[in-house]
Amino acid sequence: MEKLVIAGREFTSRLFLGTGKFNSNELMAQAIKASGTEMVTVAMKRIELDDKDDDMLRHVAGPDIQLLPNTSGVRNAEEAVFAAQMAREAFGTNWLKLEIHPDPRYLLPDSTETLKATEQLVKMGFVVLPYCQADPTLCKHLEEAGAATVMPLGAPIGTNKGLQTRDFLRIIIEQANVPVVVDAGIGAPSHAAEAMEMGASACLVNTAIAVAGDPVAMARAFRQAVEAGRMAYEAGLGLQADSFVAEASSPLTAFLNE
Amino acid sequence: MKIKVNNKEVETAASSIAALVDELALPAQGVAVAVDNRMVPRAGWADFALAEGMSLVIIKAACGG
Repeated sequence: MEKLVIAGREFTSRLFLGTGKFNSNELMAQAIKASGTEMVTVAMKRIELDDKDDDMLRHVAGPDIQLLPNTSGVRNAEEAVFAAQMAREAFGTNWLKLEIHPDPRYLLPDSTETLKATEQLVKMGFVVLPYCQADPTLCKHLEEAGAATVMPLGAPIGTNKGLQTRDFLRIIIEQANVPVVVDAGIGAPSHAAEAMEMGASACLVNTAIAVAGDPVAMARAFRQAVEAGRMAYEAGLGLQADSFVAEASSPLTAFLNE
Repeated sequence: MKIKVNNKEVETAASSIAALVDELALPAQGVAVAVDNRMVPRAGWADFALAEGMSLVIIKAACGG
């Protein structure tokens, strides 16, 4: 399979993992390992002075893992720039999952602020991977602003509803000159496989793995789905017929009757 | 003197951010510090003088997607 390259870094795995909602750090670490991922998101929180020992980072970090700090919690571009600076300082990476979703009900990204923040952060030397609406025009603007990827949503965060934006994702993938990572809404390995078959460069999955009955087995299932979907894309899928009229795949000579 | 750390009042003898990080026994890696909403790079911690009433934000990693 073709390797994925983002900002000059090669990735063998096309599955990115979020670290939220796992029952324990140990389980999260096992799921990360089982998924084969090389890119893992991490959020930020204020240190509690009476609980300084809680350290999720050591369960995530590894030589093969690119940390992808996110800006979750910010409401506009200005706050995102501040969060990005804090993340770069804390985690020693200039990679950033830019997410600006001021609305707590649907957690939908604010396109205006996301574009504004992308422009500023790219100038500041960040490798920006913006979580964004599945809006082909916006994705072009983000690309022009210097985003390293675009990360359009399949459905709202944590809903597991799959590729509700499927047709727009197709347009985005067709037009993009940067990798397209489908983020949010992927709830089952079949959703991830579908995104990859469509030509997405990668999938970012969190909830579907973290809340599964067996997160480690689910991580493995997603790994296989992403690989299968990518392999199918590279192999070239057969055309889908417009009607239900069958096309025989066996010879129709009536050999029994003659 | 009294300063605020993450909106909580803290009595400290530390005269710099570096001394405060030491006093609070914070991990050296995986944290970032801002004073009055401006990030202070680690290299500047030792020289950054704390003053009464300053408000610091100290963050670290959390689980998230």
